[in-house]
Amino acid sequence: MDFALTPQHEALQEAIGRICADLGDEYWLMRDRQGGFPTELHQALAKGGWLGVCMPEDVGGAGLGITEAALMMQTIAQSGAGMSGASAIHMNIFGLQPVVVFGTGEQKQRMLPPLIEGRERACFAVTEPNTGLDTTQLKTRAERRGGRYVVHGQKVWISTAQVAEKMLLLARTTPAEQARKRTEGLSLFYTDFDRSRIEVREIEKMGRKAVDSNQVFIDGLEIPLEDRIGEEGQGFRYILHGMNPERILIAAEAAGLGHLAVSRAAAYAKERVVFGRPIGQNQAIQHPLAECWMELEAARLMTMNAAWRYDSGLECGAQANAAKYLAAEAGFKACQQAVMTHGGFGYAKEYHVERYLRESMIPRIAPVSPQLILSFVAERVLGLPKSY
Amino acid sequence: MKVLVPVKRVVDYNVKVRVKADGSGVETANVKMSMNPFDEIAVEEAVRLKEKGVAEEIVAVSCGPNAAQEQLRTALAMGADRGILVEHDGVLEPLAVAKLLKAIVGKEGPALVILGKQAIDDDMSATGQMLAALLGWGQGTFASRIEKEGDALKVTREVDGGLETVSVKLPAIVTADLRLNEPRYASLPNIMKARKKPIETVKPADLGVDVTPRLRVLKVEEPAKRQAGRKVGSVEELVAVLRNEAKVI
Repeated sequence: MDFALTPQHEALQEAIGRICADLGDEYWLMRDRQGGFPTELHQALAKGGWLGVCMPEDVGGAGLGITEAALMMQTIAQSGAGMSGASAIHMNIFGLQPVVVFGTGEQKQRMLPPLIEGRERACFAVTEPNTGLDTTQLKTRAERRGGRYVVHGQKVWISTAQVAEKMLLLARTTPAEQARKRTEGLSLFYTDFDRSRIEVREIEKMGRKAVDSNQVFIDGLEIPLEDRIGEEGQGFRYILHGMNPERILIAAEAAGLGHLAVSRAAAYAKERVVFGRPIGQNQAIQHPLAECWMELEAARLMTMNAAWRYDSGLECGAQANAAKYLAAEAGFKACQQAVMTHGGFGYAKEYHVERYLRESMIPRIAPVSPQLILSFVAERVLGLPKSY
Repeated sequence: MKVLVPVKRVVDYNVKVRVKADGSGVETANVKMSMNPFDEIAVEEAVRLKEKGVAEEIVAVSCGPNAAQEQLRTALAMGADRGILVEHDGVLEPLAVAKLLKAIVGKEGPALVILGKQAIDDDMSATGQMLAALLGWGQGTFASRIEKEGDALKVTREVDGGLETVSVKLPAIVTADLRLNEPRYASLPNIMKARKKPIETVKPADLGVDVTPRLRVLKVEEPAKRQAGRKVGSVEELVAVLRNEAKVI
């Protein structure tokens, strides 16, 4: 068992850290105030080839694993970018795994290089307003008409739909009642985000103003046959391929955000003098921060464990879900403690920690609720009866 | 032409350096180590020369412990073609390094050696000049701009009060100043490629160089702590303090 980072991992962290350091806290403060996609980060990472970290080498990627992608996402979040930075590229890192695994050679060559080079951005159109996490019950309909599909339906919580050029879409090609199995009848597409047939309405939200979240209304979108990934009706199975990596990456981001908050709080506690001594000399300040650090490290190690299992081809559902749960909760607690450590100034935007706290809610809620993870672990790991 | 770029493993510039308890040196155990920033500038310049078609091959060389391979990998990720590690644990003084580099130059036959103007750990600013002297080559130190002109190199140097331009006949030594360029960040594909580039390891004895230190460090200590400032009530008081206590006027 070896917990050390390899020299290559260190080189990766160093390079990402430098790219992020060019932007700095003021940049993210401004993005959080004004909104607007962090193009500078996206383009700098694309230029360095980082968006292809876990894409195959024959399409211009680096052919590394989710372990490296997780290290990269943690480094981005921890740099001060938080979820504003991480979410801006999150989807592009792992979201096209179904194309990598199930796409044809032609599709891979056509779809992946523009994404890696940063010429195109993709959004992930799965969730619908009336189905929530019950993904097999999706309603958006893609009807086959000759050599194309015509899509009608509605999606919600679609991040970066304001700026994306492409969309990975899960839609129903066989009505639910006619499908052979609950998990069949859905098909996966990777296609142009044709704004003449798609209306996008931004959702005003609590944090992460820089990366838009949206309601998406699809009305008569035409998708050519060659944009369907894999077999018709098997989309749900394909999409599952990206689920564990997504949990691992968001866990890494949450741990990064939490570590960022703790280090900022510790730095403040060292400098802030009240009653003639730094507040960080008081155990009431020290202990909660130490506790946060320990919980974040535990969550990070679970994340790395899950990533290692995924990259080694081992079953990792329990670990990936546990990592996402632990890191999200530890990240939230750390951000909250960072605000409290700062006292009144923690509530002021210019001290940044209030933004972290708002953003720390994202990994708790998305892409799956903490309660559903508990139910999953109870059922799949402990062998208890299914509760939902 | 072939370009040789020596790089040094030093304590990272972001690390707050601590003196060892026994005063024998600075603490390097469990401290982040990096490539000397001026050497990064030297590597960048070599890579730019290669991109312009002036240089054909870039060889990075480091003298130090086995772990200095990490710094060579960084140089390879930036664009150097191969690395040479002159492995030695323990103190290496500038003269020893210059002798080792002279031996490497003898083996490799580069037309240009670009070094950082100094290392940020000991601030000696000596290796480049010593190497030039040992080789009998011309040197353009503290370079802020270099340009190849025929079989010579036009080197702009930052000197007090302005810029001095000298012409150095190749083969030559150049030491890089801060404003020569802004080093690139290693890209992911280049970090990947760097893993496959060769690093050759040699020992000082293989090169026939005696690296026994000639200097003895007596004591290393931290700079004295700065006294806290003090507010004075009036100009008269200030003048009195400056005259009687600080004794500067």
